[in-house]
Amino acid sequence: METDSRHTMGDRMLRKEDGRFIRGKGNYVDDVRLPSMLHSAILRSPFAHARINNIDTSAALELEGVHAVITGEDLAAQGLAWMPTLAGDTQAVLATDKVRFQGQEVAFVVADDKYVAQDALELIDVDYEPLEVIVDSRKALEEGAPIIRDDKEGKEDNRIFSWDAGDKEATQRAFERAEVTVSQDMFYPRCHPAPMETCGAVADYDVSTGKMTLHMTSQAPHAHRTLFAMVSGLPEHQIRIISPDIGGGFGNKVPIYPGYVCAAVASLILGQPVKWMESRSDNLMSTSFARDYHMTGEIAATSDGEILGVRSTILADHGAFDAHAQPGEQYPTGFFPIFTSCYDVPAAYAAATGVYSNKAPGGIAYRCSFRVTEAIYLMERTMDVLADELEMDPVELRRKNFVKKEQMPYVSVMGWEYDGGDYDAGLDEALRIAGYEELLEEQKKAREEGRIMGIGFSTFTEIVGAGPGKKCHIAGIEMFDSAELRLHPTGKAILKLGVKSQGQGHETTFAQIVAGELGIPAENVEVREGDTDNTPFGLGTYASRSTPVCGAATAIVSRKVREKGKKIAAHMLEASAEDMEWTGERFQVKGSPDRGATMEEVSFAAYTNVPDGEEAGLEGVTYYDPPEMTYPFGAYICVVEIDRGTGQVEVKRFIAVDDCGVRINPMIVEGQMHGGLASGIGTALMEVIEFDEEGNHLNSSFMDYLMLTSMEAPSYELGEIVTPSTHHPLGARGVAESPTVGSPPAVVNAVVDALSPYGVRHLDMPLTPARVWAALRENGVDA
Amino acid sequence: MRISMNVNGQTREADVEPRLLLVHFVRDVLELTGTHWSCDTSNCGACTVQLDGEPVKSCTVLAVRANGHEVTTIEGIWSGTELTPMQEGFRQEHGLQCGFCTPGMILTATAFLENNPDPTEAEIREAISGNLCRCTGYENIIKAVQWAANSREGVSV
Ligand code: FES
Ligand code: FES
Repeated sequence: METDSRHTMGDRMLRKEDGRFIRGKGNYVDDVRLPSMLHSAILRSPFAHARINNIDTSAALELEGVHAVITGEDLAAQGLAWMPTLAGDTQAVLATDKVRFQGQEVAFVVADDKYVAQDALELIDVDYEPLEVIVDSRKALEEGAPIIRDDKEGKEDNRIFSWDAGDKEATQRAFERAEVTVSQDMFYPRCHPAPMETCGAVADYDVSTGKMTLHMTSQAPHAHRTLFAMVSGLPEHQIRIISPDIGGGFGNKVPIYPGYVCAAVASLILGQPVKWMESRSDNLMSTSFARDYHMTGEIAATSDGEILGVRSTILADHGAFDAHAQPGEQYPTGFFPIFTSCYDVPAAYAAATGVYSNKAPGGIAYRCSFRVTEAIYLMERTMDVLADELEMDPVELRRKNFVKKEQMPYVSVMGWEYDGGDYDAGLDEALRIAGYEELLEEQKKAREEGRIMGIGFSTFTEIVGAGPGKKCHIAGIEMFDSAELRLHPTGKAILKLGVKSQGQGHETTFAQIVAGELGIPAENVEVREGDTDNTPFGLGTYASRSTPVCGAATAIVSRKVREKGKKIAAHMLEASAEDMEWTGERFQVKGSPDRGATMEEVSFAAYTNVPDGEEAGLEGVTYYDPPEMTYPFGAYICVVEIDRGTGQVEVKRFIAVDDCGVRINPMIVEGQMHGGLASGIGTALMEVIEFDEEGNHLNSSFMDYLMLTSMEAPSYELGEIVTPSTHHPLGARGVAESPTVGSPPAVVNAVVDALSPYGVRHLDMPLTPARVWAALRENGVDA
Repeated sequence: MRISMNVNGQTREADVEPRLLLVHFVRDVLELTGTHWSCDTSNCGACTVQLDGEPVKSCTVLAVRANGHEVTTIEGIWSGTELTPMQEGFRQEHGLQCGFCTPGMILTATAFLENNPDPTEAEIREAISGNLCRCTGYENIIKAVQWAANSREGVSV
């Protein structure tokens, strides 16, 4: 048992939520069991592109234990065959006219148990007429390409959007007058968040009250409730979304998927609870992928390495339906425009084309803030290409171009206003931890011995914490977030939030914020979230927005409560409110330290001894709209060694220095860093979703979709610097995604550095043994 | 088929289909939902239980195969009043985030420490390499196992 039980802001407090998880008492969606609950399975398309001529469900319906088989036609009768996506497109819930990717939802079977539901899938007969397939986005706009979205009226090609930002002419001029220019094509491959828990729901429609309760793996339960209301026509107050414990999200649980809708429809039709859980292959094949960007990065510079302009060109593959997660239609590439990153770039321009393909719809931000991962990869990879061209130390090149501390708050040429930062300090600290001089020596020695060792860098800024509401929205709902705080007579508190943890430890962190503001122990603050009937409306947890937005709301609502507490304290101490001061632990009469009241005492008085003219109770609610986003940043160094014979890359060291502003619980922050680094290193080395020419998904299980295991994961060497956010009430910025953003380029840069003596300047991810082996052999390196 | 097995110290009997997987028997029939599943292909270890003291992936074992054997799940690994050092180690070292992989990790690591009470870091990494975690990057899981190795005593709650 813990002995010290008064934790507050800034402490390495052990997590309050752990008690249930280490006993196997977590409550995930698949653990929800309701009386007379039915089970389901989805029939998925074996083809990537095919016309549906007929669906015969009669044999399946005859199977004992089957309650319903729902097809797209059935849904169409209720106007539910299609649903809107977060990006403003439409997506088939169950296919009616065509299937557009392998794994697309075709029919929904409801049965007594999941084995019977699976049996029934085998009995459904679908007559498909295969069509020509597009899997390579570079062919999507070719003359004569099959039109994937012929459901959209007047659609004559596969273009989703064309977009650009920045100053094209000024950037062109920079390239014309530059002494050196470099250009690098690169592909950020399709990958998948693949949380250990797949997506699922239990829909429970109560015929007697008309209330629909959805237990659902939702990172954004309130936004989902509103969207459900808009799509289904059910009144919003009659929909309750309960997002129980979530087994990891990483962006996967942001969109609404056909399975959720089908479970809800089935429960409405049958009047019984219906559970839908994805299998792992369902998850990898049909729910949102991430990335899939073909990019060209270009930098114009002087011969001594001063950047004059940066240009990027993107071809974005969004799959069969544009279900891209973005904070509003004005951001079809999310926050890609952050690509000038931590560098003081005088001219920049980005242009993107988005296309449909016969692949799963998306893409979402896998453990990152809206396409920042792609943007930073482009910049950091191109920086190394420039360093190579200039024969300059990549450290020196980066340092030369950093936005300086004195320039803060800096407004980038792309229009982002950074909330402070000290990029030099971050890099210095990373170099110190790495022992850069010795590392270079070691590399020299390794090379003499014929070992292939590389050192890679990545310095970057993230952009997280969307809103502000005027700039960012989801389906029109502005991206604020909320906190509701109530103190009970004995000084114990309940805090209700609009966000939703998927493992980030909100029950602990947010309690610590209240503790810090009110001088009560975090142990006495219970945090609740994820139940739309019992928490204030918020936009949810993704893109590292919980601490920047909801954390701010929590600080502010605590301060509101403290303001009221001050009046009560004054009344208790027979002083005027103006004479009261807050010491950080209690109220005190100015100049009389012996006359004070703790928040516990004030809480009791709030229900027993209220001053005239004040209402009883001690509670408040805040909806916080941030003035700007926050910009956590990092400096990463990766050291790799490559096996000459097999091409296997081993990450020997990984140094990560992050500035996420003020840390509320450093233990949790470090845990988030570890996880993010593992994801990023995995992406660089092994995580990939590929398709053959017919559109067959080649990575539909964990046998083929490889993620980092304990064998490949390095021991992380973390460092920190703290420059408080200039606008966040606690000075915090948000964490957990910076490492996924910053680590892939560090790994790739290290591998390319290792291979650079043999003439390699770029390799695309994932850097599998096969790919590296081929690069070794092509460049004449013997085993 | 009628099967009977000792689960967490109690005899449990049921009529099951021969194809029923042990993971579904444990979760759906016995309603011991602390055992999770994540992959169906024997890759992730979220479904790990102990069969006669050996960790097995219960998604790849038929329930009938466990007939007459002893099964231990996360619910039965501790006494109900005293956490095991391994459970406490996960909490102390922040060895879990979403908690989804945690029961499987604890079952695997507990059996491992019984055979190798004083392991090196490399041995721990190898021992848990069949259990995937998407949240922690493994660093703190390794520390949790080390914590357990260093604290043989149980921890009362
Ligand atoms: S579910 Fe059994 S190993 Fe993954
Ligand atoms: S703690 Fe989430 S998968 Fe391990």
